[in-house]
Amino acid sequence: MNLKDRLEELKQNSLAEIKAASDTNKVNDIRVHVLGKKGPITEVLRGMRDLPAEERPKVGSFANKVRDELTEAIANRRDELEIAKTAAKLEKEKIDVSLPGVPVKQGQPHVLSQVLDQIEKLFLGMGYQVVDGPEVEEEHYNFEMLNLPKDHPARDMQDTFYITNSILMRTQTSPVQARTMEKHDFSKGPLKMISPGKVYRRDTDDATHSHQFHQVEGLVIDKHISMADLKGTLQQLVKTLFGEEREIRMRPSYFPFTEPSAEVDVSCFKCGGKGCAVCKYTGWIETLGAGMVHPNVLKMAGIDPEVYGGFAFGLGPDRFAMLQYGVNDIREFYLNDVRFLEQFSQKG
Amino acid sequence: MKVSKQWLNDYVAVDDLDAAALANKIELSTVEIDDVTRLEEGQKKIVVGHVNSLVPHPNSDHLKVCQVEVGADEPYQIVCGAPNIQSGQNVIVALPSSWIAGHNKIKKSKMRGEVSMGMICSLQEIGFSDSVVPKKYADGIYVLPADAVPGESIFPYLGMDEDILDVDITPNRADLLSMRGVAHEIAALYNRKVTLPQPELVEASETQISDYLAAKAPKDLAPTYLMRIIKDVTVADSPLWLQKRLWNAGVRPVNNVVDVTNYILMDYGQPLHSFDYDKLATKEIVVRLANEGEELTTLDGEKRVLSASDIVITNGEKPVALAGTMGGANTQIDDASQTVALEAAVFDGHRIRKTARKEKLHSEASTRFERGINVATVRAALDDAAQMIANLGGGQVVSGVAGQELADQSAKEVEVSLDKINHVLGTSLQATEVSQIFTQLGFTATEEAGKFTVQVPVRRWDIDIDADLIEEVARLYGYDKLPATLPAGQATPGQYTAKQKAIRDTRKLLESAGLDQAISYSLTTPQKAQRFAMEPAAQTDLDFPMSSDHTTLRMNLLSGLLDDLSYNSARKVSDVALYEQGRVFFRDEDNDRPREVEHVAGALTGLFHEVTWHDGKRPVDFYLTKGIVTFLLSSLGITTGLRFEATAKHEEMHPGRTADIYLNDELLGFIGEIHPSLAKEYKLKRTYVFELDLSKVIAAPKNEVVYQEISKYPTITRDIALAVPAEITNQQILNSVWANSGKHLVDVRLFDYYQGEHLAQGFKSLAYTLVYQDKDATLKDDEVTAEFEKVVTALQTELEVTVR
Ligand SMILES: [Zn+2]
Repeated sequence: MNLKDRLEELKQNSLAEIKAASDTNKVNDIRVHVLGKKGPITEVLRGMRDLPAEERPKVGSFANKVRDELTEAIANRRDELEIAKTAAKLEKEKIDVSLPGVPVKQGQPHVLSQVLDQIEKLFLGMGYQVVDGPEVEEEHYNFEMLNLPKDHPARDMQDTFYITNSILMRTQTSPVQARTMEKHDFSKGPLKMISPGKVYRRDTDDATHSHQFHQVEGLVIDKHISMADLKGTLQQLVKTLFGEEREIRMRPSYFPFTEPSAEVDVSCFKCGGKGCAVCKYTGWIETLGAGMVHPNVLKMAGIDPEVYGGFAFGLGPDRFAMLQYGVNDIREFYLNDVRFLEQFSQKG
Repeated sequence: MKVSKQWLNDYVAVDDLDAAALANKIELSTVEIDDVTRLEEGQKKIVVGHVNSLVPHPNSDHLKVCQVEVGADEPYQIVCGAPNIQSGQNVIVALPSSWIAGHNKIKKSKMRGEVSMGMICSLQEIGFSDSVVPKKYADGIYVLPADAVPGESIFPYLGMDEDILDVDITPNRADLLSMRGVAHEIAALYNRKVTLPQPELVEASETQISDYLAAKAPKDLAPTYLMRIIKDVTVADSPLWLQKRLWNAGVRPVNNVVDVTNYILMDYGQPLHSFDYDKLATKEIVVRLANEGEELTTLDGEKRVLSASDIVITNGEKPVALAGTMGGANTQIDDASQTVALEAAVFDGHRIRKTARKEKLHSEASTRFERGINVATVRAALDDAAQMIANLGGGQVVSGVAGQELADQSAKEVEVSLDKINHVLGTSLQATEVSQIFTQLGFTATEEAGKFTVQVPVRRWDIDIDADLIEEVARLYGYDKLPATLPAGQATPGQYTAKQKAIRDTRKLLESAGLDQAISYSLTTPQKAQRFAMEPAAQTDLDFPMSSDHTTLRMNLLSGLLDDLSYNSARKVSDVALYEQGRVFFRDEDNDRPREVEHVAGALTGLFHEVTWHDGKRPVDFYLTKGIVTFLLSSLGITTGLRFEATAKHEEMHPGRTADIYLNDELLGFIGEIHPSLAKEYKLKRTYVFELDLSKVIAAPKNEVVYQEISKYPTITRDIALAVPAEITNQQILNSVWANSGKHLVDVRLFDYYQGEHLAQGFKSLAYTLVYQDKDATLKDDEVTAEFEKVVTALQTELEVTVR
């Protein structure tokens, strides 16, 4: 058998062995055995010196070719085996993806906070400041400064918790506005504010009354503020809170600190205005009170009503949340049953 | 105010208007309408019946078998149990298959063997409220006048076919507390004409008021005080037309004198009071302030002890009435009264309000005095009433009026410019449109160069200034027609203050740590208010609380949270983690107003996590709670200088499981387990709480974020396990480690804590990893070993611990 035939035979045998190898160790053994320094190819190459000079290059290049082919076959086989091994391992690691995920413990903001946050976000975006004020107020700011002098019949509208003759639990958040108006420097620009917070009324708690509830009152004072601006602003508010397709309706009303005053209804978000139990079959739901700031209120705060004017509005987040979610007992908000609290998973 | 559309139609044409449309117009232009009702609604086949005869029911001791003429061919036999039924009466009959109030169907039936073709009804049975049924028919059937025609429908007869609008009047629009006021308003809304009947008074010229009495009233108490005498009156029932008007207005008919005063009250809005002249005992009426402690028995039988702010009507000697609120029992009209002294006045509203509040005597009359009455129609109302009493009671009006009419009745002049109107409303109204509105309102207005001068009649006493006129224009023009714009003008930045932002961050952080937000009541009991005191302060109490559960302002948030936990636990919700952010109220002894301090608190009980297939259950404990507090504070920028110091001084807290939280030397709050006895009081399992003074947290200097390059040199660690005497704390060990370590120690981590078996009695095992690093070079092992050995030696000598 000449060298070339030997090499050919060697190649065929080795390829068969490589193909049959069942793990990478065996493949490695074959590599060492066939391609190693003491391997058959080396041996064949060593035998070349007995060949005539003109045949040497031919056989030499054939031998190199065989070596390359075998080297590649070995590498391929090794890759094949590696892939199969990994696949087998991953197969063993298979899990049941339908098992439930590990719960993430996440607390809920109170539904009233959610309503307040929504309102605050809207008005901050429109350039209003959020102003806080005391919950224990002076009668002067809670009533007098808001055009509600002592013995005014409208004081009957708000039963008040007094602490002393002149100190009381605020019945509205508008005293914050009175305090802010007094301090505002109009040379620095208009006053645009909302005052959110807790308010208190001397009421017996039942499904629709609570001695503690929340209010947000808004106030804008500038040189050119109209009732049309009030209407546009409240339209924005109502659309933000109750949906883009909601409309508002304003009706005359009475508040001592505004003139003209308006009650503001929103088209029913349950029935869209056709009439249902929520809107008492009127298509409208009473949502807030508003009006143009009474000249007396401006005067008392040291603002010239001939130059400046503005609008004010007030709304109750408790009532909003009750309407929005169909909560029919206001006490739920203050009893904090976690099954109640955790129903209002926050949007946005 | 209940307004009958039929009565209203006497003054302004509304016949062509549907009641619902009228109500809607009033709502959109004036005030709210609570309800539109018609008493006949849902009822049918109820007619006048004449009781021809009746015999006792053979099988009953109280029922009667009546033969009743109902306009049919034959009389109907009807069984009736009313005690006041008599032969010859005209009565209300619900025929077979009729419907009466409350969705009740009446059928032909047999009552104890006798056929009954329907039912003879009381007023209540056909829908009348108890409060308007005449007293003598309160417990029986109603008896109709003799001229009632059997078989005719009862509805028009009793005024049950009238539309009644229940108008919810705002405090400023007291002018609408009268039919005449409502008529003016409707006329303005629809641009229609008002026709008000004027009294036609006939005075008996042979007698003069001065023969009877003189009346005196100081102007400040009663700017108008008038009195008339009606003589030879026979007190009797009022005619049905008057009774109808009254009960449709929600007033109970009594007798022809009282009914007239009530009718005039509803018609003019003018309160009147009738005295039995003969019981006055003197010939003078003096209005004055009561003497402190003076007594008067009012006609409800109450003996009232008066105070010096009450206005009283006296006979010159002693009080005979409490002005504007209630008459005296001793001068009351009764069935035998013959001479009526009729008072029409304007009293100081503030005083009336005060008296009404003090004596709890709010009435239709006092409400009107408080909110104002039309001072221009006092005399007309008095004359009208006097003549009506004379007519209905067969008497005569004595010539002349006692007293004085000093209240200013002149129109008020108010100016407003067209510019101002359009500026405030955002409209572009023309002068003619505005003029038209003033005309509709019945105001006389002149316009010159865009300036209106408006004469406002005294019947609209709510209008004082230009803003009031602007409202009139706006509501008659229509709020719905106003454009909708947004404020233009200088832009202003809208952003939270740093404090507001920190408060909102605090809420979000605690929510992300797994706590639900609670909002509890700020008003609580004195005991709960005082608990968990973080600073010495006086409590703030309500002067006149509504309920004993809410008398005092909270001085901590935890009491509220424990109430919440308790509420949950009573409802079988035992795993609860809540936080609250809100104000507490600390009062300084010499101050009426408390300081309002922002706090934040948390309360956890039961399991923080339920057991899952993946993890075991996680009951709440001190360290979980401490982790939350540490997370909160570090997220708010507080890390260095934070210290938890064991304390047993909080009596509401477990003495061995509570720590005060300090930032350097400032007390921020506390954390721990509530005392078992408190847990028992609230029926709670082990409960862990914390409360922090959030305003101190917000004010505290924050750790600045300082960027440090991450060292490229490796760290080397050494572990050490220690057997430690039980009373030695982790903090003591850490203090010792840090005090004795060299410059390369960068971190110490507790990785194991153990108490129990394999340890000597009174010992526990703590194991730490100490982390070493040189940020400028690769640390050598022997450098670390040297530093570590020093720490170990110090621990053993300083703290009597042994290395395990
Ligand atoms: Zn609806």
